[in-house]
This record gives sequence, C-alpha cells and structure tokens, in this order.
Amino acid sequence: MALATLGVMSVSPDELKGRIESAIPGTRAAVSGDGHHFEAVVEGPAFAGLSRIAQHKLVYDVFGAELGDRIHALSLKITATEDQ
Amino acid sequence: MSDPSTNQMREAIKSAIAENPVILFMKGTPDAPACGFSARTVAVLESLEAPFAAVNVLPDPAIRQELSALSGWPTIPQLFVDGELVGGCDIVMEMYEGGELQKLLGVEAGASDAAAAGHAASGATEPAPLTIENLL
Repeated sequence: MALATLGVMSVSPDELKGRIESAIPGTRAAVSGDGHHFEAVVEGPAFAGLSRIAQHKLVYDVFGAELGDRIHALSLKITATEDQ
Repeated sequence: MSDPSTNQMREAIKSAIAENPVILFMKGTPDAPACGFSARTVAVLESLEAPFAAVNVLPDPAIRQELSALSGWPTIPQLFVDGELVGGCDIVMEMYEGGELQKLLGVEAGASDAAAAGHAASGATEPAPLTIENLL
C-alpha cells in the first residue's frame, strides 16, 4: 500500500496506545491520529486523586522528548477510574 | 549550566509569569495564532473577555526550551494564572466546558469589570528578551 510506505517514519496510534497502557498499569487508552497529531482518551486508576496537570504529565512523561518532535501533538482526555 | 543568556531568558520568563495575572505562552500572536491549539486557547480566553498577556514562543527557540524546563510541561500553549500553570489547550478547554475556568479567571456571569480593572494595573511591559503582548 502506497500510504503505508509513506508512513514509515510516522507513529501509529497503536504504538501510542501500547506504550501508554504498558507504562501506566491498569490504564486503558483509545488513540486516534494521522501519524503526527493524535488524540488519546485515557482512563485508569493511576489518575485518581491527581490534579489535571499531574494527570497529563503522567501521560506526557511516557513520551518525553518525542512530544513536539516525532509526536507532533497529543491531545488528551483523561478520566480517573476506581481502583479495581 | 551558567550560560548568562539562558539565565536571562529564564529570569525574563519568570518575571513575565509573576507580573501578569493571566499569561499565555503560545505559537504566534492572539491576532495571528500559528497553531490550532494556540488558536483554540486564545479563542476561549477572548470569548470570556478575560484580559491576558501573550508571549509568542516562536521567535526564539530558547523561550520554549526555558519555559518547558521551568514549568515541566512539554507542549505549547501554556496558560498561567496567578503564577501557576493551569495547563495546555486540552485542560483549558475542559475547564472552560465545566465552568472552572470562568471561576479561576473571575469572569463568571459577566461580572468582570472589577477583575478587569485589577488586571489592567499590571500592564507595563519592559524591554526584555521576551515580547509580551498585553490585551488589557
């Protein structure tokens, strides 16, 4: 597929989903995006009791310097869930 | 690292945050935002008629570098209210939708005259490595 060839250097939503879910235990993420701009809906018990800033930082920290670079933009919607 | 120009930039950012009750670091200017996320954040502040200062981070990469080092927040825009990082576009939108931003900015129910007068007192800009655009 031509589109897949063009996208070799880009990031896939699945990669982001996998990295968020494995870095923050108990978290579920639904990620969509075009290879550069992404939107992630993330929920999990790890966010309970944190300020919005702290919740977002928790996810940003998974990607570090890749944000703004390889991952041009990551829009987040975060929900804290009860511990299970 | 004691690069004097870096320290100067960091100090300029710190003072800008300290001296402006509401300050937005963005890509582009409020009149000509250079990024959709900055544009959305500006649109929210303008819709609330909240007075705010704005700094364009694009002219000098050091602004963004030092700002993120200072705030621990990797992306632009960044909104500060009373010296505290509120967040980027997502958080500002969420707080706007939930009515929290209006409370934080003191612009509930259009009763913004007193708040606006208070904010207007801090309108002085100084020549610095940062250009601060005041919309007061």
